Amino acid sequence: MNDKQEPVLICKDLCISYYTRAGEIPAVVDFSLTVKPGETIGIVGESGCGKSTVAMAIMQYMGANGGIKSGSIMFKGRDLTTFSEDELRSIRGAEISMIYQEPFASLNPSLKISTQLMEVPLAHETISRDEARERSLQMLTDVKLPDPERVMNSYPHQLSGGQQQRVVIAMGLLSNPSLLLLDEPTTALDVTVEAGIVNLISDISNKFGTSQIYISHNLGLILETCDRVFVMYSGEVVEEGTINSLFTWPKHPYTHGLFSCIPLPTADKNAAPLKPIRGQLPLPFERPSGCYFGPRCDHFKKGLCDQDHFRMENVEGSAPDHRVRCLRYNDIDHTKEASGETVQEPLEIGKRVLNVDGMKKYYEVKDSSLMALITGKSVRHVKANEELNFTAHESETVAIVGESGCGKSTFAKVLMGLETGTEGEIRHLGKDISDIEVRDRSTKQIRSLQMVFQNPFDTLNPSHSIGGQISRVIKQFGVESDKKKIFDRVMTLLDTVKLPRDFYFRKPRQLSGGQKQRIGIARAFAGNPSIVIADEPVSALDVSVAAAVTELLMDIQREHKTTLLFISHDLSVVRYLADRIVVMYLGHILERGSTNEVFDPPYHPYTEALLSAVPIADPEITKRKIVLEGDLPSAMKPPKGCPFCTRCHRKIGDICDNEPPPDQIVRDRHVIKCHIPIEELSKIAPVITVPETSERIQAA
Amino acid sequence: MVLLLSKRIGFMIFTMIIVSMILFLLLETGLTGDPATRVLGNFASDEQKELWRDQQGYNQPVVVRYAKWLGNFATGDLGTSIRYKGPVKEVLLPRLWNTAILGFWTFAIMIPLSLGMGVLSGMKEGSILDRTISVFGILTTSVPEFASAVFFSALFVFGLKWLPGTSSMSGGFEFKQLILPAMVLVVYDFGYVARMTRASMAEVMTSQYIRSAVLKGLPYRQVIFRHALRNALIAPFTVIMLQINWLLSGVIVVEFFFAYKGFGALLLEASLNNDIALLEACAMVAVVVAVSSQTLADIGYTFLNPRIRFS
Ligand SMILES: Nc1ncnc2c1ncn2[C@@H]1O[C@H](COP(=O)(O)OP(=O)(O)OP(=O)(O)O)[C@@H](O)[C@H]1O
Ligand code: SF4
Ligand code: SF4
Ligand SMILES: [Mg+2]
Repeated sequence: MNDKQEPVLICKDLCISYYTRAGEIPAVVDFSLTVKPGETIGIVGESGCGKSTVAMAIMQYMGANGGIKSGSIMFKGRDLTTFSEDELRSIRGAEISMIYQEPFASLNPSLKISTQLMEVPLAHETISRDEARERSLQMLTDVKLPDPERVMNSYPHQLSGGQQQRVVIAMGLLSNPSLLLLDEPTTALDVTVEAGIVNLISDISNKFGTSQIYISHNLGLILETCDRVFVMYSGEVVEEGTINSLFTWPKHPYTHGLFSCIPLPTADKNAAPLKPIRGQLPLPFERPSGCYFGPRCDHFKKGLCDQDHFRMENVEGSAPDHRVRCLRYNDIDHTKEASGETVQEPLEIGKRVLNVDGMKKYYEVKDSSLMALITGKSVRHVKANEELNFTAHESETVAIVGESGCGKSTFAKVLMGLETGTEGEIRHLGKDISDIEVRDRSTKQIRSLQMVFQNPFDTLNPSHSIGGQISRVIKQFGVESDKKKIFDRVMTLLDTVKLPRDFYFRKPRQLSGGQKQRIGIARAFAGNPSIVIADEPVSALDVSVAAAVTELLMDIQREHKTTLLFISHDLSVVRYLADRIVVMYLGHILERGSTNEVFDPPYHPYTEALLSAVPIADPEITKRKIVLEGDLPSAMKPPKGCPFCTRCHRKIGDICDNEPPPDQIVRDRHVIKCHIPIEELSKIAPVITVPETSERIQAA
Repeated sequence: MVLLLSKRIGFMIFTMIIVSMILFLLLETGLTGDPATRVLGNFASDEQKELWRDQQGYNQPVVVRYAKWLGNFATGDLGTSIRYKGPVKEVLLPRLWNTAILGFWTFAIMIPLSLGMGVLSGMKEGSILDRTISVFGILTTSVPEFASAVFFSALFVFGLKWLPGTSSMSGGFEFKQLILPAMVLVVYDFGYVARMTRASMAEVMTSQYIRSAVLKGLPYRQVIFRHALRNALIAPFTVIMLQINWLLSGVIVVEFFFAYKGFGALLLEASLNNDIALLEACAMVAVVVAVSSQTLADIGYTFLNPRIRFS
């Protein structure tokens, strides 16, 4: 970063609106930003706050109904808003490139990668096809894709998600742009794959000197990639500063709120409960007068905060580029803002309610390729679950973690009776339920095993009222049959999930994502279940909403002594709420134990890598960097020996490739599946280190 | 690829055999009335009918007769036409050829026209051009063929006196006589294919890969020709292959109206005259065309779509 050099991009007082039938939507208001050469700027904020709109405005690609109302976007001294189509074309892809959330959707499915890469330099420079090819190959090598020749000759669908995103990044860098826009580039990827991409992205500015704007909803990722950060709320920036100043001394109540909503992998539910921000994000046309955050702010002062709209100001006594949009930031006692004020008693763990013993689930797949026809192996098995063993007790939260395709959801399906197990047993309160399909289960069994799904949008019937849908479940479960009593029960459930009682009459489309998820939880708890399986229940939700839903689940569990099976890929959340953790990979359990046992050495090498991949939104915590090579193998062709051997950074030799590793018992219920002896594994240093003392604002 | 091809061809043959069986059962056995009565008429005496049955081999077991019939068909012996008093083959082939000519010109005009218009209107959804093309497309498709035939005749034959009113080609082949029938078919089918193309193109234009192509700074022509068309034409291709099928039945009205000596008119005559052998041959031709155009559509689809080609 060089302060003397001229900035690459200056956005000044940008206002961007969409025009719809319902009227004008002021998506972004009063947005200013300066990007210096080689600098990486982060934009963070919850869904709908206008992050993508800013990126699209810089690209001058607003769609038919969007437009820049006022302000300017100066790129290297020229105002992009005045550019003609031709001028824009010469800038796009050559001077400013963009990388998107879904790599697969942004690659043309019917063109080879080589065509899609080579056309970039061919369109912008006068070079020969051979040179363009040469350059593309080099770039693929630079983004660390193994076997670039093969990648060049592939179609997008022949590559994995991580490889596709590397191709898209290579495409963006091909003409050596001065500015790269990245809109949630890793949201669609698995954690360990994400870690690789993030590593690559943070190398870009060193290697190519490219300035970057990195858009994300994840504060941890912003910390790992950026130099400066902008926090957006409801269309405007509320706080900006260097990573260091903003993460250490946040000033805006919303920034504080965001930090208290995300679990850190160093905290747990009892010592430092999450503190959700109350209320909801206002829609662009429902913004209050004065401070947009006012209705949700604990420091709101009538007569001051609700008057005229005001601008960003420099934070006194902080770095010169630390700016905040709050009238009272000086009056707020920032040391009282962080989470962790109410410490809770840990729950008493009760009797064993679930015992999974040698459970296997194989799916049969018909293979109709010529090869299969010739060899006669037309039916193959996908080993979705291979020998699962674990137990769960009353009031206990057991987290099942793993990346996509590791068999988490398959296990949930067998448990719910949507599939039947191939071998082994699942004993629920003493009865084996692994091969009883849901329609053969008794009402009592169904009632006591319930599920909360990832996507609250798919599980509600759009044409029935909320009350009606919950009543039906209560009737089905035979909890109550009397009309009056059912109604009372629905009311209690609405209270339990902290929704207003008049939601009884609402239709699903009148609910926000978080509210729908609460209804999903209400339905699951309608019959006082003994076990609730939550399959990524908060991963589709915004951080502040996710925090509220997580806390809600914990509260209900506390009250009902429910066993919670929490399926997730996010180790921070898992660390926060789980008592025990089961780490899965390609259908195998690689490690299981209590939360502390799993988070401290000895680690399974995969657990170690997973821990290292968790983005942490705390600049004082240091992590040991472990970046895994390659992508997850397909479940159709698992490795012969250790399932993790294709990517393991601690592989000890042929034994890993050829022999399935043994389950080594570390202590009582802590088991690691690896060839490396426990003594060796115990010598490994912790991945995450927390400093003894902290400068950061902590709980008083 | 080889496997796919052999599978498709196997399936094709299977379909044709099933259809031939149904055809045989319907027309050549007593299932839907006595064939002898059908041929000789209601007033033939029982003796005459019995004699005819014997001559034609109708008194043999059904299976034997079907095998013989199928064998004849497969070796090109399509039987004798009662109405034309000659081998079916000699009647059928020239007629098929005529229809092929008509179909060729119809397609040669309709395909570029409807694809072009569909692409143009899908490129800029909601533009004036798009709306004009869409309205025109709906209009032409909703007018039945005979109505447009009447309308065009009135205009070009009786009004402007530019074109001949019949297309019997009695004085040898004349291109002028082909124009009206082809025009009616083109106009009718244009709207359908154009609207399909438009929908497909519009969807592709809103896709993320088109956005990324634009934001790569590619020239607009390249975005359209290299990135959009390839994907947008996959769906219309399949539809066009199925139009071959439609054409076979579509020509009946048109050929009859303009007295064009094609396959459609022949089919009509055969069924009006109880010409069983001819009818069977026509039906089999229709089936062959239907099944093979479907197969071609499938193979073409696979070829155009790399996601299917390499999986
Ligand atoms: N084409 C459009 N027409 C009308 N309104 C739109 C359009 N695109 C976005 N908006 C609105 O503009 C606001 C900002 O949207 P934007 O997509 O920039 O949010 P975002 O921060 O990128 O959210 P996410 O994290 O979900 O991607 C939202 O209120 C959204 O509903
Ligand atoms: S201006 Fe007032 S309402 Fe807004 S964030 Fe500051 S204290 Fe809260
Ligand atoms: S068995 Fe070998 S490959 Fe598997 S985790 Fe242990 S060291 Fe790695
Ligand atoms: Mg976005």
